[in-house]
Amino acid sequence: MSAVYIKDHSLNSNEIERYSRQLITPDIGVQGQMKLCASRVLVVGAGGLGCPVALYLATAGVSVLGIVDYDTVEISNLHRQIGHQESSTGVPKAVSLANTIKSINSLVTVNTYETTFTSETAMDIIKNYDIVVDASDNVATRYLINDACVLSKKPLVSGSALKWEGQVTVYNYENGPCYRCIFPTPPPVDTVTKCSDGGVLGPIVGVIGSLQALETIKIITNNKEGVLSGRLLIYDGMSAVFRTVRIRGRQPHCSVCGDNPTVTQLIDYTEFCRSNYSEAAGKVDDRVEHHNIITVQQYNEVIKSNKNHLLIDVRPSNQFEICSLPNSENIPIEVIDKQESIDKIEKLINDKINSNEDSELSVYLLCRRGNKSQDAIKILDEKLKISRDKVKIQHIKDGLLGWNESIDSSFPYY
Amino acid sequence: MKVTVDLSGGLELLFDKKKVHQIEFSDKNEIPLRELILYMRDNLLKERAELFVVDNTVRPGILVLINDADWELFGGIEYNVEDKDTITFISTLHGG
Repeated sequence: MSAVYIKDHSLNSNEIERYSRQLITPDIGVQGQMKLCASRVLVVGAGGLGCPVALYLATAGVSVLGIVDYDTVEISNLHRQIGHQESSTGVPKAVSLANTIKSINSLVTVNTYETTFTSETAMDIIKNYDIVVDASDNVATRYLINDACVLSKKPLVSGSALKWEGQVTVYNYENGPCYRCIFPTPPPVDTVTKCSDGGVLGPIVGVIGSLQALETIKIITNNKEGVLSGRLLIYDGMSAVFRTVRIRGRQPHCSVCGDNPTVTQLIDYTEFCRSNYSEAAGKVDDRVEHHNIITVQQYNEVIKSNKNHLLIDVRPSNQFEICSLPNSENIPIEVIDKQESIDKIEKLINDKINSNEDSELSVYLLCRRGNKSQDAIKILDEKLKISRDKVKIQHIKDGLLGWNESIDSSFPYY
Repeated sequence: MKVTVDLSGGLELLFDKKKVHQIEFSDKNEIPLRELILYMRDNLLKERAELFVVDNTVRPGILVLINDADWELFGGIEYNVEDKDTITFISTLHGG
């Protein structure tokens, strides 16, 4: 019978009821809802940003959602990645998020891509969608998504977050700028902080992901004027300040969206950015001489043999506070080059030497993954004035994560 | 002249963890932005300079705003900073 009452549109009674509150919202209406119900959106990343983005787009009634993520759910994801459950630990994130979505709105078709988004896979995946959402967590993927959107002429809703802050903008929309117009050159690798190193709060990615979902809805429903293109929204959660600033328009000399582009197909973004399509740290390369390195197994032997030594943990103090090895001294890498720190280390060394004058003293440097402890070697090599006949400085390869993996799994993993 | 410098996206960590800095140049009416950046590097920076300045300009990945708008709209590093201007340095974020 409902056909008698419903006219000139394709929404059925179920859809009218389900979407009623947004259907009666000004500037959505029947036309807007029909557009939503016909739209296809690709979300790259099913983490802190991807979860709220995909959940809100699904509940708003998009027709097809694509979700790309190579990773699996871990317990340490759950404080912010609200589309996953404890029971999904170990399950691919794309699948876990798709399952949550289906339990909320079974009308949505969800395509999952349990793969790394790369130059080889991007264009083939993107071609099935109208709009792309960047909910990734690394520089290389951000440049890749941008170029793929420019080359396939799709708008890109970009969000990012770290610690207490987030940023949102829309690229490649209605002749607006692309990511490369604003950031033509990738940042130096050691200026990039990852969430796994700097931390991030759940509500921060929640806010930013929600804003990305809203911008996507505005693009779909053709509410063009308010779309966050040519502007950047910055959220400082600690100060409770939102700012929207004007950024440059499309740049005619941009290497991908400019008038004479030099990037006309996808390139190798890991090479361009000198980093991986992942924020996962992986094993740290050796950057110091072989004789400056000991393994966690060798350090374990040092402890067992009761050998006189000094252990310096160079992590930030707020990480040292979480957990540390017995008898370690915390001198964070950020301050280790200060004279005060050097004086303290020299005193610690002298005390140890005086307590056991016969043998050489080993100083071991430790951090979370065995990365910063290598920087510390170089700094101490340069600054310590104590004679090297008496002191040998080494860093512990793979750090505390290695200790957790190979020596004692009860050492907290974070 | 007085200039307000705003830092965000983690750049404040290089500048004594302060997000807002007031800088006064009593002998000047304006100062080239490049000079302001080098002044900040030489006088305010507490940590590694290469995380802020490379080749006498801000490193890639930092967006500079002049009174809340992209510096590219005002000639970029060639802009002359005036009394009461607010210059914002934002490090772009990549996490998610």
